[in-house]
Amino acid sequence: MAAPTDRKPVVVVDDVHVEYKVFATGKRPTAADSGRRLMQRQRKTRTVHALKGVSFTAYENDSIGVIGTNGSGKSTLMRAIVGLTPTSQGSIYAASRPSLLGVGAALIKDLSGERNVILGGLALGLTLDEVEAKYDDIVEFSGIRDFIELPMRTYSSGMTARLKFAIATARTHEILIVDEALAVGDQKFRNRSEARIREIRDNAGTVFLVSHSMRSIRDTCNRVVWIEKGVLMMDGPTDEVIAAYEDAQSR
Amino acid sequence: MTVADEAAQYGLHRVGGRPPLGRYLAEVWRRREFIGSLARFRLEAENGRNRLGMAWVVLKPLLNAGVYGLIFGVLLQTRREIDDFVPYLVIGVMMFEYFSTCFTTGAKSITANAALVQSLSFPRMSLPLALVAQRFLQFGPMVVIMLLAAVVSGSRPQPSWLLLIPLVVLFTIFNAGLTLVTARLTVHFRDLTQLLPFISRFFFYTSGIFFSVEARFHDHPTLMRIADFQPIHEFLTLGRAILLSGPQYTMPTEYWWYGTAWAAGMLAFGTLFFWAAEERYGRTD
Repeated sequence: MAAPTDRKPVVVVDDVHVEYKVFATGKRPTAADSGRRLMQRQRKTRTVHALKGVSFTAYENDSIGVIGTNGSGKSTLMRAIVGLTPTSQGSIYAASRPSLLGVGAALIKDLSGERNVILGGLALGLTLDEVEAKYDDIVEFSGIRDFIELPMRTYSSGMTARLKFAIATARTHEILIVDEALAVGDQKFRNRSEARIREIRDNAGTVFLVSHSMRSIRDTCNRVVWIEKGVLMMDGPTDEVIAAYEDAQSR
Repeated sequence: MTVADEAAQYGLHRVGGRPPLGRYLAEVWRRREFIGSLARFRLEAENGRNRLGMAWVVLKPLLNAGVYGLIFGVLLQTRREIDDFVPYLVIGVMMFEYFSTCFTTGAKSITANAALVQSLSFPRMSLPLALVAQRFLQFGPMVVIMLLAAVVSGSRPQPSWLLLIPLVVLFTIFNAGLTLVTARLTVHFRDLTQLLPFISRFFFYTSGIFFSVEARFHDHPTLMRIADFQPIHEFLTLGRAILLSGPQYTMPTEYWWYGTAWAAGMLAFGTLFFWAAEERYGRTD
């Protein structure tokens, strides 16, 4: 790979393969053979080869768009980089532990937005003092100050998404992975969230952006990795790769 | 030069490895605020939509004690062999409730939070520990009920009641260790969640909650010996010996040693056992 050597590598993905073994449940069992099928289920596994030898290196201040059709292995690759999906072959090295942008799973719908800001911040690894210091910024960014003491279950989906994004980006990440999170909220919030991503990148961070929106990738990324069926198709400057990708899609 | 050497040269680490035990535990300690808040907020959310709210934390075990007291104490007459049957039963049910909720709901602490485990990186031990912390907070009001039951039946508060503090500490440590074990086992065998209520029930009927193991089996030395080493029975007996007075409630000093051994052993084993599979918890297969 023709890589500039003066920049510090932050993430090295070296010939990564990921295989899933999944139970192929197949046809619904009928009453007659249900007993037999129950025993057989153990053996009926199928191996899905989600990534087939992907290698690339990400450098400091890179913001890398990751594109590909549905089921191409983008999310698997991101989850492998975060360390949530073990690689069956090859390894991934990183300067610090990469984090996925997303905090939704830590939040509790029955609690107020205020409580959730605290809980989400703590889940991201902030201390209570740090959360308190950032509390106003988070609420301000989410733009739902008037509703912050209401339980989260009463929020609209847009409001929930904005709150989640505001909490998730409150922590400075060295290596951040954003999986299609920019398409939330109204136009105004989208612009603000894209600006926030650029800000993270400018603070000596590295950002991976997985998206189907070529517009947001063009706006935020300087480099694009194109994955198709678990294979790295192309890796290069944004415009070139997107042009090739769109060319392949329209064919 | 291999990629690994090159990566090491730039100070890059392999992603997804399990940290050594010391570093892991330090990381868990660093997350203590998260563990505490998760426990507090979950407790709040669990009862927030009930009309009576947090009152259910106390009402549920009280109703439990009422049902068992009526059926076993009154209808089956187990109260005849026990002095101060009401506080005996209340202490038994409250303490067992603490154990069984840790044991059964703790088992699901990883599997029920799969989305959280898959989206954020934090030491997974935080989840079962948060659950034990949540149950501990619920146990607080139950201790008050236990004290009230003891006072109402004629015990007078005395300095020796402070022994309740080390007892609760030991009991909590024991529960935490056990929760770590069941939390991991459930990840490997989901079917365990179906079985756990029965195991919990087995302990409920054998630990002497509403009958007295000593009064009923005093001429079965083998059974008595087994009961001596049954941790739940030990903790319950100590709790009653602290709060109640009378010939039935003399303090069995050796139970403190057995209880300490159970608590320390369970926590050590649970921690190692849980940590050993740390990389496994986020996987979807």
